[in-house]
Amino acid sequence: MWRSLKSLLQYRGLIQALVSRELKARYRGSVLGFFWSFVNPLLLLLVYTFVFTVIFRPARIEGLTPYALFLFCGLLPWTWFSSSLLESSAVLSNNANLIQKVLFPADVLPCVNVFSNFIHFLLGLPILFAFLIYYRRPLNIYLLFFPAVILIQIIFTLGFAMFISSLSVHFRDIRDLLANLLTFWFFATPIIYPNTMIPERFRWVLDLNPMTHIMMGYQDTLFRGQLPHWKKLSVTFLVALALFYVGYFLFDRLRDSFAEEV
Amino acid sequence: MASAVVVENLTKLYRKYSQKRRFQTMKSALIRGDLFRQLRPEEVFLALEKVSFAVDKGETFGIIGSNGAGKSTLLKIIAGTLRSTYGKVVVDGRISALIELGAGFHPEISGRENIYINGIMLGLSKREIQRRYDDIVQFAELEEFIESPIKTYSTGMYLRLGFAIAINVDPDILLIDEIIAVGDEAFARKCLDKIKEFQWKKKTILIVSHSLGMINTLCNRAVWLKQGKIEQMGDPRRVVDAYLSHVAEKEERKLSRLHSQTLEKFALAEEAKLSEEAPPPATEYEKKRWGSREIEIREVKLLDKEGQERHIFTSGEPMEVRMTIYARNKIKDFVFGVGIFNSAGISCYGTNTHLEKLVPREISGEATVSFNIKRLDLIQGTYFLDVAAHQIDGTPYDYHRQLYTFRVQSLIPDVGVFRPQHKWSFSPNISFKKKQNKNKV
Repeated sequence: MWRSLKSLLQYRGLIQALVSRELKARYRGSVLGFFWSFVNPLLLLLVYTFVFTVIFRPARIEGLTPYALFLFCGLLPWTWFSSSLLESSAVLSNNANLIQKVLFPADVLPCVNVFSNFIHFLLGLPILFAFLIYYRRPLNIYLLFFPAVILIQIIFTLGFAMFISSLSVHFRDIRDLLANLLTFWFFATPIIYPNTMIPERFRWVLDLNPMTHIMMGYQDTLFRGQLPHWKKLSVTFLVALALFYVGYFLFDRLRDSFAEEV
Repeated sequence: MASAVVVENLTKLYRKYSQKRRFQTMKSALIRGDLFRQLRPEEVFLALEKVSFAVDKGETFGIIGSNGAGKSTLLKIIAGTLRSTYGKVVVDGRISALIELGAGFHPEISGRENIYINGIMLGLSKREIQRRYDDIVQFAELEEFIESPIKTYSTGMYLRLGFAIAINVDPDILLIDEIIAVGDEAFARKCLDKIKEFQWKKKTILIVSHSLGMINTLCNRAVWLKQGKIEQMGDPRRVVDAYLSHVAEKEERKLSRLHSQTLEKFALAEEAKLSEEAPPPATEYEKKRWGSREIEIREVKLLDKEGQERHIFTSGEPMEVRMTIYARNKIKDFVFGVGIFNSAGISCYGTNTHLEKLVPREISGEATVSFNIKRLDLIQGTYFLDVAAHQIDGTPYDYHRQLYTFRVQSLIPDVGVFRPQHKWSFSPNISFKKKQNKNKV
C-alpha cells in the first residue's frame, strides 16, 4: 500500500494534466466558458438567500447577519465536497477504457475529481472575499487557519472518494444511495444554520460529524473572524487521515478487480 | 543475451459472468488480495495456462494462434493492463503497447492537448513530449487538424494519432497487436518501415498477428498459442507451417462434414423422389440439382495425389475430381462436364467432354469419370465445383450446381483468378535483400 501511495505521488504531473483537461473539456463549447465557475456559486447563493431571507425568514440570530455571507462560507466548500463524491462514485466506470486498455494508475482518477472540484472552489473564493470585504468582516490573523481547514477537507474528501469509487465498481447501487446520503448529510451539518441553534444536549451528535468541524472552521476563520476550535479541528484532522488510510487501503485491495468489473 | 521479457508459468483466469456470485470476487479481493481462490472451477475460464518463455533483447517475437487462443490477453498482461492470476512477468525496459490505440483520448479537447496528456500517461515528462511533438504530428499526418477537438477526427486520423504517439515515446519494448489494420495502404507501409527501424535499432518487439506472412518475414522467433497453452515455439517458419497445417486439418474436417451432409441430403431427396408420385416442392436443394437422372451422378470425390479424399489443397498441387456415375439404360448421347467457380461466383474454369472433341459411343450401368488436374494453379480462396452429365444439345441428365466446396491455400497472397506458373528474373544490376530468417538460422 505504501508503495502504491508513493507511486501516486509520482503521478502528480498526470493528475495536473488530467485536472486541466477536465476543466477545459467541461467548458468547451459554452459561451461563458470559465466564467461559469464564478457564476455557478453566485446563482446558487442567490437561490438560497432568496429562500432563507424572503420566504423562510429565520428568527434573527445574533451574529448571523448578513445571512447570505454566513451561508456562502459553508455552501462553497460543501459544493466542492459533495460534487467530488458524486463524481467519484461513477469515475471508474466512466473511465473504463483507461483502466482496461491502457497502463493507467486508477487511483489517479478520484484524485482528479477532488482536485478539479477544488479548482472550482478556489475560483469561487474571490467572490466570497469580495463579499467579506464589502460587508467589512474582520479579516484578521485567524485567516491563517483557513488553509489548514482546506487541507483537512482535501484529505477527508480524498479518503472518502477512494472509498466510494472503489466500492461503487462492485455495488452500482452506491451512486443512488450516495445522492440521498449527501442530502441528509447536508442538513446534518451546520451550513444553513449555526450550530448554536441546536439544543445543547444534542450538540454532541453534531460533533460526531467531521464535516461539522470543517464547516465551522470556515465559518470561524472567515465569517466570525475568530480562532477556530483547534482541538476539535485537530481531532478532525486525525479522523481525516484515518479515513484516507482506510479508503486508500480498500482502493488498493480492490484495484486488481477493476479491470474486470468496470 | 539478456532477456527483455521473461514470462514464467503465466496463468490467467477469467471469472465467467454470473449474477449469482458477483460479490465473491470483491470479498476475496478484500480479504486475501486474491481474486480467484474462492471460485469453483466451473465458474472460471482459463485464458492462459502455464505459459513460459523469454524474449531476448533485440529480438522480434511473434505470437500466433486462432481467435480466443489468449494472444491478446498475453500481450495485455505483459503490457501491465491486465494482472496475471498466477505466475509472473519480468520486463526490462520501457514498454509501449500498440494494443488499444487512442484509448486515453478525450474527445472534447484538441489533438495537441491529447498528445500531451497521452504522453504523460505513457510516462513521458512534459519536456520529452515537447521534443517529440513535431515528429508525432508529422508521423500522424495531422498538421492541419491538430488544433481541432478529437471528436471531429475520422477513425483513421484517430488511430494514426494513437499510433504516432505510442511509437514515438521511444520504448525499449514494443508490443503490437494487429497494427496493419491502421489507416490506409500508405500509412500501413509507413508503420511497417517504423517497425523495421526499431528492429535495426535492436529494440525488442512482440507482435500478435493473423498475417502469417508478416510473422514469417519480421520475426526471429514465434510462438503458437492454442487454447491458452504453448503448442509450439521456435523458428517462425516451422511454427507458422505447423499452425497452418493444424488450421487446414480443422478446416478439412469442417469441409468434409459439409460434403457428407450434402451427400446425405442428396440421398434423402432421392428417396423422397422415389417414394412419392408428386414431385417434392422445389427446395433450395432443387435449385442446386436438376435433370432427368437417366444418367445419375451418385458420388463426387476430391482426391489428392495419393488418392486420399481432401477438401483443402495447396496451390500447385494435383487434384482429381472423381464422379461415380450410374446409367439406367444404354445411352448413346452423353457429355460430362466440370466447372470451377470462386467465392465471388466467377467461373474460373469450365470444360466438358464435348468441347474437348470426345465423341460419345455408349454408357451403361455403373461407371467412373475422373477429371485430373495436374497442377491446381488457383490463388488462395474458397471454390465451388459444378459437375454435370447432359446431352450434346444441353438437355441435362444430372446437373450439380456448386454443390461441392474446396479450399485452396497458399503462402503467397497474390490476386486474380488463377496463377500461371511463373518465375522472376532480373538483370544483374537489380538485387533484393535476403529474408532475415535465412541469415539468422
